[in-house]
Amino acid sequence: MEERILYNLLQVAVVMGFAPLAEGVLNRLKEIVQSKRGPSIFQPYRDIWKLLHKDEVVSEESTWLFRATPYVAFVAPVFVTLLIPVLTRYPLFFAFMGDMLGGGFVLALGGFFVALAAVDTGNPYGPMGASRTRMVGFLAEPVFIIVFFTVSFVAGSTIPYIVQTVWLSPFSNFFAPSHVLTMLAFFMLILAEDARIPVDSPSGHFELAMIDKSKGLEYSGRGAAIMKWAGAMKLFVLLCIFLNVLVTPWGLASTTALGDVLLAIPLVLLKIFLFLVALVVIESSLAKLRLFRITEFLSAAFVTSVVALTTSASGL
Amino acid sequence: MTDPIASYILHLNAMAGGLFLLAAFAIVATRQMLSCVRWFVGQSLLLAASATAIGIGLHSWHLGAVAVITVFTKAIAMPWLLRRTVRRELYRRREISQVLNIPTSLLVAAALTLLAYAIVYPVTAMAAAPFVDINLSVGLAGLFLGAYTVAVRREAVSQLLGLLAMENGAFFAAVSIAPDLPFIAELTVAFDVPVTTLVIGLLTRRIHERVGGTSVGLLAALRER
Repeated sequence: MEERILYNLLQVAVVMGFAPLAEGVLNRLKEIVQSKRGPSIFQPYRDIWKLLHKDEVVSEESTWLFRATPYVAFVAPVFVTLLIPVLTRYPLFFAFMGDMLGGGFVLALGGFFVALAAVDTGNPYGPMGASRTRMVGFLAEPVFIIVFFTVSFVAGSTIPYIVQTVWLSPFSNFFAPSHVLTMLAFFMLILAEDARIPVDSPSGHFELAMIDKSKGLEYSGRGAAIMKWAGAMKLFVLLCIFLNVLVTPWGLASTTALGDVLLAIPLVLLKIFLFLVALVVIESSLAKLRLFRITEFLSAAFVTSVVALTTSASGL
Repeated sequence: MTDPIASYILHLNAMAGGLFLLAAFAIVATRQMLSCVRWFVGQSLLLAASATAIGIGLHSWHLGAVAVITVFTKAIAMPWLLRRTVRRELYRRREISQVLNIPTSLLVAAALTLLAYAIVYPVTAMAAAPFVDINLSVGLAGLFLGAYTVAVRREAVSQLLGLLAMENGAFFAAVSIAPDLPFIAELTVAFDVPVTTLVIGLLTRRIHERVGGTSVGLLAALRER
């Protein structure tokens, strides 16, 4: 029992420790595709370190919300990490505290606070980004729900540790249409939820066109560092859910031996690296959609998930 | 259906079915004419894949022939013919106008799919054959979505694609229900596709020469010279 608590905390440490690395690798890969050299993959760590040592400036007009938000946004992914399989195949100590829907709610709480804080400061760009994020969010919500329905319908459970084994027993389940289509819909969701290119341009610096990044414009110093770290962790957690629960539940530790669990860390990082390569290909080859075309993108995701649900309801 | 290979075939066929349905949705919702054609080609390849899978599963060489004919007529001959006859429309026009906007059409399409499943469900509950449940429902849904495409598009070429998508859907259902369909029937249907494409292509060309566009939606009213 002690080791299950220990591994659970190890998961949190892995997510906290490697999330900025994933972001650094992503940025570097993108620069390489554009035939530039790009910053070191450790640049996000340096940024966070630098920001942590700078003074923080907080607007006089803002309330406690603005100050509390970085911590809420930081704690939300950490909390979700306790619920999902990052390194192990068997449920850990906190696994039954909440299911996938619960994890979704916790992540949404973080997003909600970030949106409120963006409105709180009175900076004109913050509320704009916040309301756009809400627009994307409420379009993404039905897709989330249907994906969860499909998954729980197929697996008979909403606990991620139970779901991941269903796709592989027997292995032919992996090719079930509900699985393939659910993966596709969830992938589109990740693009929308993490403000990736067909929906939003994460590296854009033009305030009027920003969706996600404009919410953090007012933060400086420690607040900015924590927000940056929280954003990296949110992506990492989403990738862990996507890769470890839905796509490739291989390479996770299946025994409680410490060596096995430690071996799972590089394997998970390898999977995430492969996913980042695919993400870079998508981000480099597609153009950002116009704001009102986002509804089309997300309704395509919705229809994909509905097809997944109907094919799974028809028995396969 | 307990041995592993049969279960693989069943799932691969089901996956082809799921992607087939997705391609049908894409034909409803894609804006660009050229990518619409590409989705149609993809859908035809998935039909061929499903026919092959069922052919292996049921040991029927007919279905292998169906797959070959489908690939040849729909994935090779049809796009080639379209390029020959309506090249301008295919490459110059980027966006196709629709009667309904795309999110609405997708929702209607999803409702049609559910309707297809609801209609087929009582039938498949009785049928004991292994591939019927997925193929019949997906095929019927493909048929509905093709019909919907014909109804909602205002462009002659994309209406043609809708028509052919309907035919794809009918075939998708047919390969599971009647795997031993007489070969001559399949040949006839296969021959139909290029002919339809050619006729509609030439007609479109004539319309284009006369009216200066292929937006069939504009041709609703009569006009005297």
